[in-house]
Amino acid sequence: MSDVLAITEHRRGELRDVSSELVTAGRELVGETGGSLHLAVIGGDVDAFADELALDGVDTIHTVAEGDEFNHDVYVQAVAALYEELDPTYVLMGNTVNGLDYAPAVADVLDIPLVTDAIGLENDGGLVVTREMYASKVESTVEVDADHAAVTIRPSEWEPTEAAGSPTVEAFDFELDESRVRSRVTGFEEVGGGDVDISDADILVSVGRGIEEEENLELVQNLADALGATLSSSRPIVDNGWLPKDRQVGQSGKVVTPKVYLAIGISGAVQHVAGMKGAETIIAVNTDPDAPIFDIADYGVVGDLFDVVPELIEQFS
Amino acid sequence: MKVLVTVKEVAEVEEDFQLDGLHVAEQYLDYDLNEWDEYAVEEAVQIAEENDDVEVVSVTIGPERAEETIRMALAKGVDRAVRVWDDALEDVDLLDVSAKAKLLAAVVEEEDPDLVLTGVQANDDSFGATGVSLASAIDFEWAAVVNALDLDVDGGVANVRRELEGGVEELTEVDLPAVLTIQTGINEPRYASLRGIRQAQSKEIKPMALSDLGLDGSVVESDLVLTSVYEPETESDAVYFEGDAGDQAAELAAVLREKGVGAQ
Ligand SMILES: Cc1cc2nc3c(=O)[nH]c(=O)nc-3n(C[C@H](O)[C@H](O)[C@H](O)COP(=O)(O)OP(=O)(O)OC[C@H]3O[C@@H](n4cnc5c(N)ncnc54)[C@H](O)[C@@H]3O)c2cc1C
Repeated sequence: MSDVLAITEHRRGELRDVSSELVTAGRELVGETGGSLHLAVIGGDVDAFADELALDGVDTIHTVAEGDEFNHDVYVQAVAALYEELDPTYVLMGNTVNGLDYAPAVADVLDIPLVTDAIGLENDGGLVVTREMYASKVESTVEVDADHAAVTIRPSEWEPTEAAGSPTVEAFDFELDESRVRSRVTGFEEVGGGDVDISDADILVSVGRGIEEEENLELVQNLADALGATLSSSRPIVDNGWLPKDRQVGQSGKVVTPKVYLAIGISGAVQHVAGMKGAETIIAVNTDPDAPIFDIADYGVVGDLFDVVPELIEQFS
Repeated sequence: MKVLVTVKEVAEVEEDFQLDGLHVAEQYLDYDLNEWDEYAVEEAVQIAEENDDVEVVSVTIGPERAEETIRMALAKGVDRAVRVWDDALEDVDLLDVSAKAKLLAAVVEEEDPDLVLTGVQANDDSFGATGVSLASAIDFEWAAVVNALDLDVDGGVANVRRELEGGVEELTEVDLPAVLTIQTGINEPRYASLRGIRQAQSKEIKPMALSDLGLDGSVVESDLVLTSVYEPETESDAVYFEGDAGDQAAELAAVLREKGVGAQ
């Protein structure tokens, strides 16, 4: 029997999608060993969150009424206290930005191994985690040779559990050591301010690092003009200051759902794909036939953008 | 004040490659300074430029070959570097997060920095966990995925922005000493000047073995075992356009028109 403790996430009053995905992943693990699935929700309106988290397969929801928003110092202490109480075999967390901010500390404090960004979990006798390396070019499996482990799961990799269930809800109290809360969240800000909302666009021409130089952006802008499309980009273009931040598509940028998404010189890193996989039609132009972007593309052009884009402009002028 | 920056030489896999057991065969790998670490180095060097008496030290875990890459950090203004390596590390397939944190923690003990900067993740193994794990191990405060930093040294606080999902940023005050994991875009990493490259040749890269750090081989014994490495099955069901660029563009144009693009 292996119990699983999964830590849900919320922000500004809303549960984040990864929470119900954690339920699916957690259920998968305990399904193989016959243990129980415990959820924890820490901070905010925990009772309202617990109502929403009453999902199929969840045995117990532990509500920890401590603070309003995520604070990693509080989360680490709360998860450690729950772990002491419940003695779960596995602690599951999201490989989200906040997951990156507290999961490694949880593993360190509990002195258990950590495997991050799981895309597959299997448990027959021991835990085997599938993950990616080298910017998704290679996959690997990692066997955990320990009685306990912490694992973070990649968002959107597991289907969210939607069916309702009837878990027990229990309030969990623990003594917060205030002296160990050494960071304070003071607010949130939305980035933006640009004149274009890429999430409104029907057609996006999106440019990535394959464009090489700032001067070359004009070429892709010309294509966007010829197609009547809006120009967006992957992260490195924004990091370089070549386009404003609100043109960035992806996990930390905007989520877009255009009719057509034309990805030019973009590899398709998981954090980019997180922002555009919902596009109706995805077209990729890339020199590398094995670029991960082709895995989600409907149409692929294996070729040099500096050859293909001018020809395409020609077609529309 | 002393700022310690962790840096890593990462391998990038070429377009076509072959595997050799649990590794990508050596001839298909190109080595470079981890992208996220470049921004961490730049941030540290800027702190040194803006404040008096700041020493910037880089630490890496890597074989001798990595020195070439680490010199890039020295050429950009890092004062000196420490390179941790040992025979015991030579045959490790997967250096897990806690092992890395323990090695780096021993260097922190040695160097006693006021601030540690790391990259958010390394683009080879993509664990994304070393910085926060290190913070916990050395009992520093921390913040992950930092894309703006305003250091208040006298007040003992780092005011940071953390880049959350969906274009939302979190403003947080972090007590010093701290470990901050740095996101790309926080600054504009400089190119190494010729003068910098020349100067870097005479800067120290101090090799340290486990015994120099008061550690033994048990530190790299891992609970994680790499059991297989493979090329993922391509999931692509994309329709590919063949021919030269002109043919490809013509076919693509036909598809785009079918979708109503360019029909205004
Ligand atoms: C916490 C976190 C959040 C992130 N958030 C985001 C985000 O919101 N959005 C985002 O995009 N990234 C994000 N990233 C970064 C992400 O991991 C990748 O680094 C980034 O998406 C890579 O951008 P790219 O595809 O343009 O560049 P690369 O990965 O460098 O790919 C360039 C591609 O161009 C191709 N190419 C090169 N030359 C040519 C040519 N002449 N013709 C055609 N093709 C060519 C190459 O084959 C390659 O596939 C985030 C990372 C982290 C850690």
